[in-house]
Amino acid sequence: MAASHSSAERTLHASLPSNLADYHAFIQTVLEQLRELNWEKEPLFGVHLALEEAISNAIRHGNKEDASKRVEVECRLAPNRFWSRVCDEGAGFKPDEVPDCCRDDRLEVIGGRGLALIRAYMTRVQYNDRGNCLTMEKLLGDPATNGACGCQ
Amino acid sequence: MAKPQRIEVSESANISVVRFIDQKIIDPVAIQELGQELFDLVEKDERRKIVLNFRNVEFLSSAALGKLITFEKKAKRIGAELILTNISPEIFQVFAITNLDKLFKIKDSEADALAVL
Repeated sequence: MAASHSSAERTLHASLPSNLADYHAFIQTVLEQLRELNWEKEPLFGVHLALEEAISNAIRHGNKEDASKRVEVECRLAPNRFWSRVCDEGAGFKPDEVPDCCRDDRLEVIGGRGLALIRAYMTRVQYNDRGNCLTMEKLLGDPATNGACGCQ
Repeated sequence: MAKPQRIEVSESANISVVRFIDQKIIDPVAIQELGQELFDLVEKDERRKIVLNFRNVEFLSSAALGKLITFEKKAKRIGAELILTNISPEIFQVFAITNLDKLFKIKDSEADALAVL
């Protein structure tokens, strides 16, 4: 893991293996650094969940847990802003085609909730055209998620 | 049932009260074990009234939500009643965002759940 500090922003970068057991230490480092920047419990919960879902999606669905592939994660941390890009080596996907988990007839469908959670907790979420790189940003002070279904 | 590693189960009348041992339900192996221990309650031990107490749970991923959905489907198919309780505001928000507050019966406390089961 690489890290750099400037007075305004800290940058963390990690090249993670496609293994669902090996990325949690990186997330904990990000959370610790945000705590040092005085981030409070509630927005930290959202960052934790969004990073957890983004990285595990990249490993599970993007790289399909292929040990020869990596997940590249960059995080930029500031007192009022969290920014991250998570890229896998998979073929990509179209986020608009992920089924809407808010529909009442889909309540019992197992998957598709990670992206809904990312959208709900982040201020801005964007995929590249190929659909293998997720960029997300959380600005402190944005309207807090109101608990409404975040699926679509 | 083998000694559970991810849950503690106590009996109150004919109701099984389940408490989660892990504060953070993220690790895929732990989620798999948790799921199996929950499934065993209804499939092997034939428990038919279950309270899941989330007091100890501080964080859970969508993979954990998926396992809870599978458990709810199994319980419903078998005819077991399931109520979730003591969910923190942060975790409740996760349920609300993913619409699962509509799927699960949720009560504030164990006592509230025991009163209606």
